[in-house]
Amino acid sequence: MHEMSLCEGVLQVLEQNARTQGYARVKTVWLEIGALSGVGPEAMQFSFDVVVKDTLADGAALEIVETPAEAWCMQCARTVIVKQRFDACPDCGSYQLQVTAGDEMRIRELEVE
Amino acid sequence: MMCTVCGCGEGETRIEGHEHTHEHSHDHGHEHVHHHDGNTHGYGQGPAHAHAPGLSQSRMVQIEEDILGKNNEYANANRRYFSEHEILTLNLVSSPGSDKTTLLTRTIEDLKAELSLAVIEGDQQTANDAERIRETGVKALQINTGKGCHLDAHMVGHALDGLKPEEASVLFVENVGNLVCPAAFDLGEAHKVAILSVTEGEDKPIKYPDMFHAADLMILNKTDLLPYLEFDVDKCIDYARRVNPGIKVLQLSATRGDGLDAWYQWIRATRQVSLIGHSTQAASA
Repeated sequence: MHEMSLCEGVLQVLEQNARTQGYARVKTVWLEIGALSGVGPEAMQFSFDVVVKDTLADGAALEIVETPAEAWCMQCARTVIVKQRFDACPDCGSYQLQVTAGDEMRIRELEVE
Repeated sequence: MMCTVCGCGEGETRIEGHEHTHEHSHDHGHEHVHHHDGNTHGYGQGPAHAHAPGLSQSRMVQIEEDILGKNNEYANANRRYFSEHEILTLNLVSSPGSDKTTLLTRTIEDLKAELSLAVIEGDQQTANDAERIRETGVKALQINTGKGCHLDAHMVGHALDGLKPEEASVLFVENVGNLVCPAAFDLGEAHKVAILSVTEGEDKPIKYPDMFHAADLMILNKTDLLPYLEFDVDKCIDYARRVNPGIKVLQLSATRGDGLDAWYQWIRATRQVSLIGHSTQAASA
């Protein structure tokens, strides 16, 4: 969806941390992107390269770690893995699921110098 | 209007009533110039060059920061403001053409004698919608997002400065017509209300699951047209519950007036709940 503005958010975090962590260049950025976050890794990759041009992260590599979506099945009373929000429980077929993980979008780690 | 938070990635946002021109430069290694002609908020794109001589060794930094963290901070600030002023804020989301603005003007006409109301309008361009709202006599402010596909909490914070909704009012935020991006951006609202018209597909809740997952209420609008359409209401509601088992559903026709009472009851009840625990309300005992 709005990968461009998300990448601008990433860049802001990189610039803010440059001051507090004392680095001048960012070489690699590891992002954790949940399966339900609505973010397309390819679109993110493309936007990132454009957004960081002529900044402290110009040319930096973007490593995207996709994390699975988990939901609590109220029928089975346990956590199951789902692929989409409207998936049925893979065990009992119920739609009474509460998504518990998979919408995170987080910067996990940086390689800097 | 001073922006105290330069550096946000919004290039083309315009908020009605914000007119200023200033230039400034920082002495910490980068310069940016704000040219504000008319109502344009334009932010410098220059990088912050943090020169740290002597540090050339590659190293790892753990940061664990949420990409939407900045937006969420602004959203929390808005939420605090709403709470302090006892304002109930509803974020209305839909695709373009669901007739949100008609529902809103009708709601305002019917409730303005009873409740104090205000509106923030979000569109890519034009102030047409805010003008439509102002014709009802209610305060409204337009945000134009330019290239942006959604409102964010920072824009709404600035709009609040200009709009100044009254104490204990109901504030409607009409988001940019888009069922995708506004789902991810918390504005500090109490509830997202998704409006779906029956002239759209009944499977929209599973085509755009993020939005129907984020909403607390789904309004099915234009129900007066149901006799002419092949729209399966039960199926649509079933789809919505698959992505959000707790979602409430109201069916109405903003033009003919069917079902509006239930919507008004929902607004009144939600407002009462939001006021619980407020000192001015509790102090009467």
